[in-house]
Amino acid sequence: MRWVRHHLLTAYAVLALVYLFLPIAVVVAFSFNNPKGRFNYTWEGFTWKNWLDPFGYPGLGGALRVSIEIALLSSLVATILGTLIALALVRYRFRGGATTNLLIFIPMTTPEVVMGASLLALFVNWRMPQGFGTILIAHILFNISYVVVTVRARLVGFDRHLEEAAMDLGANEWVTFTRVTLPLIMPGIIAAALLAFALSIDDFVITYFNAGSTITFPLFVWGAARVATPPQINVIGTAIFVVAVSAMLANILFQNIRSRKGVVPV
Amino acid sequence: MRLLHRQKWSIPYLLLAPGMAWLVVFFVVPMWYLGKMSLSQGLFPLFTFGWVWSNFHDAITAYQTQFVRSGVYAGIATVIALAVSYPLAYWIAFRGGRWKNLFLLLVIAPFFVTYLIRTLAWETILADNGIVVHTLQHLGILGSDGRLLATSAAVIAGITYNFLPFMVLPLYVSLEQIDGRLIEAAGDLYASKPRAFLRVTLPLSLPGVFAGVLLTFIPAAGDFINAQLLGTPRQYMIGNVIQSEFLAVRDYPTAAALSFVLMAAILVLVLIFARILGTERLTVSHV
Repeated sequence: MRWVRHHLLTAYAVLALVYLFLPIAVVVAFSFNNPKGRFNYTWEGFTWKNWLDPFGYPGLGGALRVSIEIALLSSLVATILGTLIALALVRYRFRGGATTNLLIFIPMTTPEVVMGASLLALFVNWRMPQGFGTILIAHILFNISYVVVTVRARLVGFDRHLEEAAMDLGANEWVTFTRVTLPLIMPGIIAAALLAFALSIDDFVITYFNAGSTITFPLFVWGAARVATPPQINVIGTAIFVVAVSAMLANILFQNIRSRKGVVPV
Repeated sequence: MRLLHRQKWSIPYLLLAPGMAWLVVFFVVPMWYLGKMSLSQGLFPLFTFGWVWSNFHDAITAYQTQFVRSGVYAGIATVIALAVSYPLAYWIAFRGGRWKNLFLLLVIAPFFVTYLIRTLAWETILADNGIVVHTLQHLGILGSDGRLLATSAAVIAGITYNFLPFMVLPLYVSLEQIDGRLIEAAGDLYASKPRAFLRVTLPLSLPGVFAGVLLTFIPAAGDFINAQLLGTPRQYMIGNVIQSEFLAVRDYPTAAALSFVLMAAILVLVLIFARILGTERLTVSHV
């Protein structure tokens, strides 16, 4: 009976994972499809040609380029701003801490349509032309909170004795920070940056409100879905998936190796 | 601990300044403009502010159906997501061993495929000539002309799937933190396995349930992509209305009023829910 229960749960977990990957399997499979019409909804036959010419569909390459640029810039800026906030929140007691926490928390619980709409209201009021700049502003904004939460989690479990030891050995505050603190919280910072990158490259709703005539990859998919769904969309989708998962996997493996070597006390 | 003892009062504020400035200028200020817009009148692009409270009344009366539908769809999707995620998170936390992080990555991985592409994939899966519809027709669950696409079921299924990581992750975090010795202790005191689960594990995981429900319900209630791609105008939610009022109709005041009503409705539901679970204290620290 115990055996059955034990494996019942495992079977359930496997089923849940299958469910999670079902649409992904469809996306990957249909990147090899050879659709007859403009829509890529029914299986017509296997082909390599979409993978050999991923940017063969007009506009797709440019849209992806914009998405990657915005994801890189926004994750970089948000990671810096968010890490500084996390350091202040964990390391110092100061007046206004509760308000700060609230201001970090609320954007994460605001529906995306509302956040997109409020930014639109701002840019309209300021008569600010919408485009690359406004998308970048919006992406940095929604990424900051996620970076703070991720880096803070790493900082909370931090052994302060290591910093004391460095100072006892004569390191000043700056050296202690750059040589001890920063390397130790780096996995958290990298995880935050990866998360921010992923959120940015995937964002549709907020971007949709603030893009002007600029087209990002999700906006391209949205526009394309009305008139056609070229299989190249699936190729790019699969590629982003593979790159993102590899990066996350590398971060996990790197942490495991470091902790096994005893570099990071866990 | 010189770093702590010698701290100048200004250091935390210097660290906070750039990031908080960004949040104030691009989150708080826009909300203020949105609030002003919701009390304005006029036609695009000239709106004049004038305490037009009737915007709210008009918006709610005109789009009552979509509001209720959003709440119902998001509610059902959240319950299903909880049912799917809890055992999965439990399994990873208690049976994952040293592969926990890898399994967690497996759970998040599907969501690195662009949201819209994922949803389009569900369109393929649920299509009229797809396997799922054929199987259900074979089993007699669906009539011979029955379909899944363009129904409420399809929209709810899409929402459930798309926000699943927001449910799994907080559940996992709270389950993983549970001290296994507490469950053992319950066993030592002759609690049966189900009883130990109900009286020890489940209560200790409630903060995770709370955070998961919140993080799933809120984006679900504001979503418009699933209704747009998997449904028809008869399945449209309040997000669809806000989106088209802003970007197609360009009736900014109505759209702004709808946005605030949505936020307020969500806030009220969250507070009621917090009261029921009695975990208000735990939310901020756990999310």
